[in-house]
Amino acid sequence: MNPPFAAGGPPVIIPTFGSPHQYACERANGLFCLGWFKQNWGSVLWPALRQHVVLVLIAVAIGFAISMALALIAHRYRRAEQPVIWFTSFLYTIPSLALFELLVGVPGLGLSSATAEVALVAYTLLILFRNILTGLRSVPAEVHDAAEGMGMSRRQMLLRVDLPLALPAIIAGLRIATVSTIALATIAALVNNEGLGVPILNAISDSTFKTELIAAGGLAVLLAVAADALLVGTQRLLTPWARTRAA
Amino acid sequence: MAEALNTDARPAEGNATGGAASRALELELRHVQKRYPGRREAAIPDLSLTVPAGEVCVLVGPSGSGKTTAMRLINRMIPLNGGDILLGGRSVLERDPTELRREIGYVIQQVGLFPHQTVQENIATVPKLLGWHRARIDARVKELLVLISLDGDDVADRYPNQLSGGQRQRVGVARALAADPPLLLMDEPFGAIDPINRAILQEGFLALQAQVRKTVVFVTHDIDEAIKLGDRIAILREGGVLAQYATPAEILDHPADDFVAEFVGADRALKRLGLATLADVELVAMNGHRPVGELPVSTNVRDALSVVLAAGGEPFKVIGADGEVLGLATLEAIGGVLKDSKDIGSNGMPESGPAHPPAHPEDREEA
Repeated sequence: MNPPFAAGGPPVIIPTFGSPHQYACERANGLFCLGWFKQNWGSVLWPALRQHVVLVLIAVAIGFAISMALALIAHRYRRAEQPVIWFTSFLYTIPSLALFELLVGVPGLGLSSATAEVALVAYTLLILFRNILTGLRSVPAEVHDAAEGMGMSRRQMLLRVDLPLALPAIIAGLRIATVSTIALATIAALVNNEGLGVPILNAISDSTFKTELIAAGGLAVLLAVAADALLVGTQRLLTPWARTRAA
Repeated sequence: MAEALNTDARPAEGNATGGAASRALELELRHVQKRYPGRREAAIPDLSLTVPAGEVCVLVGPSGSGKTTAMRLINRMIPLNGGDILLGGRSVLERDPTELRREIGYVIQQVGLFPHQTVQENIATVPKLLGWHRARIDARVKELLVLISLDGDDVADRYPNQLSGGQRQRVGVARALAADPPLLLMDEPFGAIDPINRAILQEGFLALQAQVRKTVVFVTHDIDEAIKLGDRIAILREGGVLAQYATPAEILDHPADDFVAEFVGADRALKRLGLATLADVELVAMNGHRPVGELPVSTNVRDALSVVLAAGGEPFKVIGADGEVLGLATLEAIGGVLKDSKDIGSNGMPESGPAHPPAHPEDREEA
């Protein structure tokens, strides 16, 4: 029962959960077998969910750090913007399966979490870079003029004016990057055998029992919704001015 | 020239409220030159003028006259190419630009309040940059909110997008005054405000300036605003050349040349009347006349003329502050205010002198 998209070499270890009485359970309950879900929550789904969260957090955090550094450079030196856009767009256009496959061949990466993270980080860069830079550039010219005229240094202007005012755009970028990384990370299971992708890939190879697929896929969707809600809440907390309406 | 009247560079003593005494410094532009790269003509070829401590100098002129450039040279937002600028006798060129700017209030047309900060946070900007203590900042912010009449409880915690245009501009002025700078630069601060609120803000500015007595450089393209607000007006012509630098009354009475005369307008006689009140009019004795109405002595002469003309040129009784009758305002008496004004086209250089010059007997027939 090899997963269909195994990236060369030996297939990753996929636990097999199917057993005759579970098939019977599904037939009796339509698509979803609650008994199976309860039975496998602690041993399969919960660990997979936790691995998924860690995978995504690391990818978005590293992607954010790199994008922020690149955006700050492009904010200061306009000429840096185009090369960064070209490069990150190029990364973004590589089909994910192909990128995972390619990275597995890189010496030192192979079938590991590092390979998964490198690919996931690569896909966050374009969105995060663009949003951060757009946010930094959205500061009105007269606000800059006033800040400079009152004696703010470049650094003070960045920390006290540009970054706070860029927050809505930055968080908007983080929302897209996080949600898309949560989805993409299911495919990463091909190379690191971790996260919600593992039960999904396992279920894909089974044409009749769908509970596992629906449970893991549903958890990925719920995780994306929860992460998005968390970021929206964070933005509301951090940008109280954006909620006010003109008098 | 007029600046000879006050050449000492010592800070003027202002009203000492609380711990911080209000201060102002003399500003001197000495053969200032500005040339933008890639342009053949200098934006400002050679500009010299002195603003005495505590006075409002309005830079006025058409577009391309370099008025905003001149202003931005002072706090080094634009680098100088030649000459020197002295604030309180000390060259701004030997100062660190950011440090210098924290000592100079800066107000611009679009205000440029920080949208992510409340009114009080905005006002506290420069004190924070200067590292004041929290308590001192809070006290200063409260004081300024009172000064700009925005001390209602909730205003301090509002964000700029919750304020009206006029309120925003007042907060901008408070923010510029926060660290009690000896000099205030204002670049068309009321230019984007509707005429009614602009007039209110102008009155507010004059009342505020009467209290804080800052040295102010105020840029506008509106000659009426310049006449209303300026202790002195520097009229710049295209190419950054100073056409005339004098008090509003001097400029209206003795325009330096055709350009100035044209710039102040054909109605300069009326504008000149607007600078005087009935207290400046040599009133006619009551005997024999029958006034058709009354005017308070504080009425400005331009308005009084309008009232008298509307009444068919009949005289009005002028009432003093305590209700006493001071005399009659007749058309001739009102016209007498202009007895020292020269005809448009006179090229005589302006003389320094008081805003309301004493009557010269030889000028009487011009009245």
